[in-house]
Amino acid sequence: MTSKSERMFDVLVVGAGPAGLAAATSATRAGARTAIVDAGVAPGGQYWRHPAPSEDGVSAAEVAHLHHGLATYHRLVAGLRAVAQFSEHHVWTVTRDTDGFVVHVIDRTGGGERAVELRSRRLILAPGAYDRQIPFPGWDLPGVMTAGGVQALLKGHGVVAGPRVLVAGTGPFLLPVAAGLSESGANVLGVHEAASPLAWLSELGAVIRNVNKLGEGASYARMLARHRIPVHTRSVVVSAHGTDAVERVTTMRLDRKGRVVSGSERTIAVDVLAVGWGFTPQLELPLALGCATRVDVDGSLVCEVDDEQRSSVEGVFVAGEACGVGGAALATVEGEIAGTVAAGASSVAPRLRRSRAALRRFAQAMHRSHPVPAGWVDRLSDNTTVCRCEEVSFGALRSMQQDLDAHDGRSAKMLTRAGMGYCQARTCGYAVGCILGQEASRTSGFAERPVSSPLTLGALAASSPTERA
Amino acid sequence: MPDVVIVGAGIVGAACAYYAAREGLSVAVLERGTVAGGTTSRGEGNILVSDKEPGPELNLALASRTRWLELAAEFGPDPFELEEKGGLVVATSDPGVAALTRFAEGQRATGVETVAVRADQLHDHEPNLAPDLPGGVLYPQDMQVQPVLAAVSLLAAARSLGATVVRGEEVVAAERGPDGRVTAVRTRTGSYPTNAVVNAAGTWGGQVGERLGAPIPILPRRGFILVTEPLPRVVRHKVYSADYVENVASDVAGLETSTVVEGTQGGTVLIGASRERVGFDDTMSVEVLRRLASLAVRLFPFLADVRLMRTYRGFRPYCPDHLPVIGPDPRIPGLFHACGHEGAGIGLAPATGKLISQMLTNDQPDIDPSAFAPSRFAQVTAE
Repeated sequence: MTSKSERMFDVLVVGAGPAGLAAATSATRAGARTAIVDAGVAPGGQYWRHPAPSEDGVSAAEVAHLHHGLATYHRLVAGLRAVAQFSEHHVWTVTRDTDGFVVHVIDRTGGGERAVELRSRRLILAPGAYDRQIPFPGWDLPGVMTAGGVQALLKGHGVVAGPRVLVAGTGPFLLPVAAGLSESGANVLGVHEAASPLAWLSELGAVIRNVNKLGEGASYARMLARHRIPVHTRSVVVSAHGTDAVERVTTMRLDRKGRVVSGSERTIAVDVLAVGWGFTPQLELPLALGCATRVDVDGSLVCEVDDEQRSSVEGVFVAGEACGVGGAALATVEGEIAGTVAAGASSVAPRLRRSRAALRRFAQAMHRSHPVPAGWVDRLSDNTTVCRCEEVSFGALRSMQQDLDAHDGRSAKMLTRAGMGYCQARTCGYAVGCILGQEASRTSGFAERPVSSPLTLGALAASSPTERA
Repeated sequence: MPDVVIVGAGIVGAACAYYAAREGLSVAVLERGTVAGGTTSRGEGNILVSDKEPGPELNLALASRTRWLELAAEFGPDPFELEEKGGLVVATSDPGVAALTRFAEGQRATGVETVAVRADQLHDHEPNLAPDLPGGVLYPQDMQVQPVLAAVSLLAAARSLGATVVRGEEVVAAERGPDGRVTAVRTRTGSYPTNAVVNAAGTWGGQVGERLGAPIPILPRRGFILVTEPLPRVVRHKVYSADYVENVASDVAGLETSTVVEGTQGGTVLIGASRERVGFDDTMSVEVLRRLASLAVRLFPFLADVRLMRTYRGFRPYCPDHLPVIGPDPRIPGLFHACGHEGAGIGLAPATGKLISQMLTNDQPDIDPSAFAPSRFAQVTAE
């Protein structure tokens, strides 16, 4: 392995999920001095999340059945032999330098906190995405969790979130979450998918080019059938109830236009509600470097990249969910392209380009088939909390608009403190943007985070710039 | 037709709009971006007398402070989080104590309340200060407001008096009659006929002046602020080091840092302040953040274990002589400037707005405005 004291790399990859792992293995294979930096204890990111080696009770082998494409994972990890790996290193910002980039990281290995700088000529950013959340009455009760959070507990710690779980929201991700919970012993009461089962009919072109994707979905569907888990389509959770924790949820049917059908309420007793409304890409690092963005089909702000995964900033490549949510297979292909090109290869294998094109079509089709149904804003009451960190209610945002005539995200932050708490708008940014009636393109104020991972002032003060080579 | 068009809906434009509307003038405020979206939202909301040496700016600050208290009572209850928290200036060396004491004596002579604080008394005021500081001065008159809330409140009050606020309107030029007087303000989308224009564009006041045909020398001075995770009340006052009195030299070209640490009602602790002349470059400087963090930990050692959550940056509008530009432009009858307040715009806004309204209505100004006159600049009088 490359010595960690030699800190100027040709290619530095941020993020060790599918995109980052593929980027690092491709870059090193092409001969570049490569490093990979990731917050996790083991490579894999959220998709291939693995338990910490030291953790009691659960081993990687025990959660292997929850994973998809583990062969790819093992192949990619094996390809990291010559790559300098910085795990439990959190990137808090990235800056430019005369001969490349400075990646400012917090080394959290061993429980401490040390701010260090890594330097690289080229950067590949593969920061991934986090759960997109939408407020509804009762969503802040304990026991209401994100689908991704439930999945992380399971994959990372072998923990089943609760005995009776209802899975709701939209998108293909709900299936593996339900299947994994069921395989691990939970009583999955049902999957409530907001989309219509017919939505995919208009996307056949994209589906035919991705038959393996269909197979993946079918295997989860078989698993759900085996465990007798009902899948309700055009169904949405409108509220959660309980005193100290969620006890019941109310679901409603949606009509063809995604509007709730009055009188269709059903109440179901649950211990855990897992909700997933797709994902929001993490853009703080690309934005810190000034990379150009666009709004994707799903309304997310994503990075603009060219055919070779180059961002608008010279030397910065972006791969995976940050250039459009599309799943692990697409992320892996994008990572491979980014790693190859960043390492200086003159061409990209046509097979990769074809594969990326097909997977992107599939992703777009998926987004079109699984929109967030409109109308959720109308179901909020004035006392529904929107920003949980700062306890800002829907009513507070509305009176800001009415009384103070302020309608932009920045004003919402300054006047109501929405998005100013611990999570820095990761949870509420999308919702606040929608409530203010803005497009995602104008809510980049909620995607920008100059400090992308909090660090202590002591660590910052004690850090010192690396000497120039 | 509005009697006056105010360019800029930051804190100074908002105060000008409010006081002009209160005098019965019809007011239109034009803002190219969002209300209070520029420098107003990039600072701590300081209303300070402690950092000003005796002279015209301190007089303006004292008058403005009184007006802030009046506004809070008028708009209340608690309309913009005004807090009379007081400022505690601490020296970091014995010569520093002597210099600070002399500085405070001069301020006292012009009506600033000052209380000398010995080393052994510092912790009565700020229990979490470092143990080895040699002394300081308490300034009970220093205050703080939530600046965006303050600007939005002033504009709301102005609107209730008939003023209009138009967002997304960028000024491109002034139209003038045969006698040279302003007759209208032209924007990207239309024209606003008026007899008077107030340039309250803050850091962009130089550019707006130029577009109106009357350039003034206002330049940006970048500053960063660090924001910590929310904490219980651990810093009571606005606490800063007496560097500005001690004249500590900086070893980084163009960068000056002094330490300002204070708590907010939201629970976060704000840490400033850096000053750099780098134009409108808004890229992050880790070196500046590092320096601010070190200085803050020096004053408050407990901060070493507190997490930095975010940073923000802004551009202070500064003039070569560090005084604001308030008054009529001799080159274009009907044009007034109200900008260039550097880091003191929040504190000085109400007095500035009042002065402008007095000038617009030909009333006797309640403070001598001559030191702030645009005509003090050679480039203004040369034409």
